[in-house]
Amino acid sequence: MSHAAADAHLLEPGAGVYHKKLGMWVFLASEVMFFTALIGSYIILRFGAAESWPVPSTVLNIPVTALNTFILICSSVSMVKAYAAAVEGDQKRLRLWLLVTVIGGATFVGVQVFEYTHLIHEHFLPSSGLFGSTFYTMTGFHGFHVSMGVICMTWVTIQAFRGRYTRENYHGVEVIGLYWHFVDLVWIILFTIVYLI
Amino acid sequence: MESTEHKHPNYMAVWAVLFVMTVIEVGVAMLSHIPRALLVLVLLGLAIWKAVLVAMYFMHLKFEPRRLLFVVLAPLPLAVILVVIVLQEFPG
Repeated sequence: MSHAAADAHLLEPGAGVYHKKLGMWVFLASEVMFFTALIGSYIILRFGAAESWPVPSTVLNIPVTALNTFILICSSVSMVKAYAAAVEGDQKRLRLWLLVTVIGGATFVGVQVFEYTHLIHEHFLPSSGLFGSTFYTMTGFHGFHVSMGVICMTWVTIQAFRGRYTRENYHGVEVIGLYWHFVDLVWIILFTIVYLI
Repeated sequence: MESTEHKHPNYMAVWAVLFVMTVIEVGVAMLSHIPRALLVLVLLGLAIWKAVLVAMYFMHLKFEPRRLLFVVLAPLPLAVILVVIVLQEFPG
């Protein structure tokens, strides 16, 4: 088969994975540093102002956000289902699961917008002290990441409907999946640190 | 081609574990009478465990070449250094 030779070219000799995947992982490594800076600042500011820090559950709506966390985790599962379908060359299931993933991500952003409008209505703003600024900075940057993910995922879904991904060529699905799961992973940490602790 | 491609882990089982752990997390956070330090420790432990599950199974790190792990793990010590050094700025 000629694709075996083509795949050999795609393999990165250093890391043992194809270039696109290595590129995404290096990008995600830089994203780890980005979110560490945000979470690190939050921890340090909170340590520094422990007495005046409000209990998050008195300001934020934990049940709604817990539900949103659940939605994001579900969209991660639909993403791996899409990936598994792509590997097996199952076009129908690939398209279905990608659509479910896009809807899941869009729902997450929608609930976050609902949460923001509700909080702003209750006069909890980015200018409402340290908790306000750090809350909106962290969840805002995360929401921005999810939004970008939804846009890219929509593109991948359109490509899937055009029959771009096959049993031999599913790299695009795998790489967007890595980004998607990373954003889910960051939310798991953020939800605990910002909402629960 | 990678050789692990045709065997998928049980994604639904991972999903179930993540779901149960999220429920436990929210439940623990609602308990008001356990000591604060213990609460923080348990919640952080659960969050990190969940994050590792996502990375290992959903991002397939468990099935990737060991060398890729070095790329992935490289920022973690840097992240710890960043936070620890800035914390030094705080007296007491």
